[in-house]
Amino acid sequence: MIRVSVDRERCCGAGQCVLLAPDVFDQGEEDGIVVLLEPEPAEPLHGIVREAEAVCPTGAITTS
Amino acid sequence: MDIDLPEYPFPQPTALEPPPEWAELRSGCPVAEVRLASGDPALLLTRYSDVRQVLSDPRFNRLLNAEDAARITANESGGVFGAEQAEKTPTGEAHQRWRRLVGRYFTAKRMAAMQPRIQAMAERLLDEMVAGGAPADLVSSYGFPLPVWVICDLLGVPDSDRAKFAYWSDHMLSLTRYQQDEINAAEQEFGRYIWAHVDAKRADPGDDLISELIAVADAEDGQLSQMELVGTAQGLLIAGHETTANMIGKMTAMLLADRSRWEQLVAEPALVRTAVEEALRFDANPGFGLPRYITEEIEVGGTKLPPGTTVITSMAAANRDETAFESAGDMDLRRAPNPHLSFGAGPHSCIGQALARTELQTALTVLLDRLPGLALDVSPEELPRREGLIIGGLERLMVRW
Repeated sequence: MIRVSVDRERCCGAGQCVLLAPDVFDQGEEDGIVVLLEPEPAEPLHGIVREAEAVCPTGAITTS
Repeated sequence: MDIDLPEYPFPQPTALEPPPEWAELRSGCPVAEVRLASGDPALLLTRYSDVRQVLSDPRFNRLLNAEDAARITANESGGVFGAEQAEKTPTGEAHQRWRRLVGRYFTAKRMAAMQPRIQAMAERLLDEMVAGGAPADLVSSYGFPLPVWVICDLLGVPDSDRAKFAYWSDHMLSLTRYQQDEINAAEQEFGRYIWAHVDAKRADPGDDLISELIAVADAEDGQLSQMELVGTAQGLLIAGHETTANMIGKMTAMLLADRSRWEQLVAEPALVRTAVEEALRFDANPGFGLPRYITEEIEVGGTKLPPGTTVITSMAAANRDETAFESAGDMDLRRAPNPHLSFGAGPHSCIGQALARTELQTALTVLLDRLPGLALDVSPEELPRREGLIIGGLERLMVRW
């Protein structure tokens, strides 16, 4: 199991995470800032969620 | 200034090969003194970790209008990195407010919603290119028009003004190509156009970014001033046009230069997403990089940089750092994750990157779909570069199909 957390203060709204894993991440309509939809994504999504963590330009996503 | 400093940007062996200095400096001199087109010295950073650190640290600011900051371009005003632009550039909290106001228009979902329109534009442009017969120049018939059409659409600018936008954008991005009076004239014309455009949208709002920004600004007691609105429109045109336009040409050239790459994509179009990211990482001709300025001492790469230092971050050199990317010198269309720095990093990371990705993925998909037999009509070594501009690209890309 992995647990995802996001830092909305750090987020710059690049949208990479939403392009990669739209079932896990979204962006707020008012500010484009990350919204976490699924803090404990199912196993098939782990790879793509880790990719989102790795490519986030502000390091606003962490998995544990 | 009697020391011979290397001149930056470095010359490239060919349009698709990086300057050898990148690898030399990464391993031997990661904080390197160079001379810019203006004649001013600056410090060049080429390692992944250093470039990422600087771009993520707000103390490295964009206020290049400071008295002792290096001038970037050969002309006086400095174009997009000049004093006037610096005055329109929000920083710190004001930047975060701006970013969040504008950011909501560039979300991945909004860009996905634009995708069918982008695809229709791409198909129309390609139809026209094919109708003209082979060989054709992919840069002028496809790469350049597509993003300017998209950005005009986004800003609510009429189609008939697209050619003017392309002209202004080209002039405002000059390092050495145009004379100061030509750049001034283009900036003034563009400024007047946008100022009038903002006024017109205030009087008669449409379904576009500028109209929506005005509505928010006016409703919340001038959250964005007229100057910030004009600066935003100008920034979006420049950032949204030349960068993506050049990248479409360079990406296609990289994929065709070794035709096994193109054939791999024709056989497996699902690789388009990672192929686009790899083309962004592998770009050997990205242009200048991002300049930053500091007002306090900060250590980078083991060197203490004094206040008043201007640093140039070379994202493209960092993208080929072997300590950050396995087999960094190989183009791997399946590479993932691919945390390249082509859109920058940190709080100022490119706001339009979801748009750029959507455009690049769409442009490539349409090309693969319509012209699977696409091939270069010249050898890769002979591809002509655009010279003297802040954003690097190809002057022409002659192809047949």
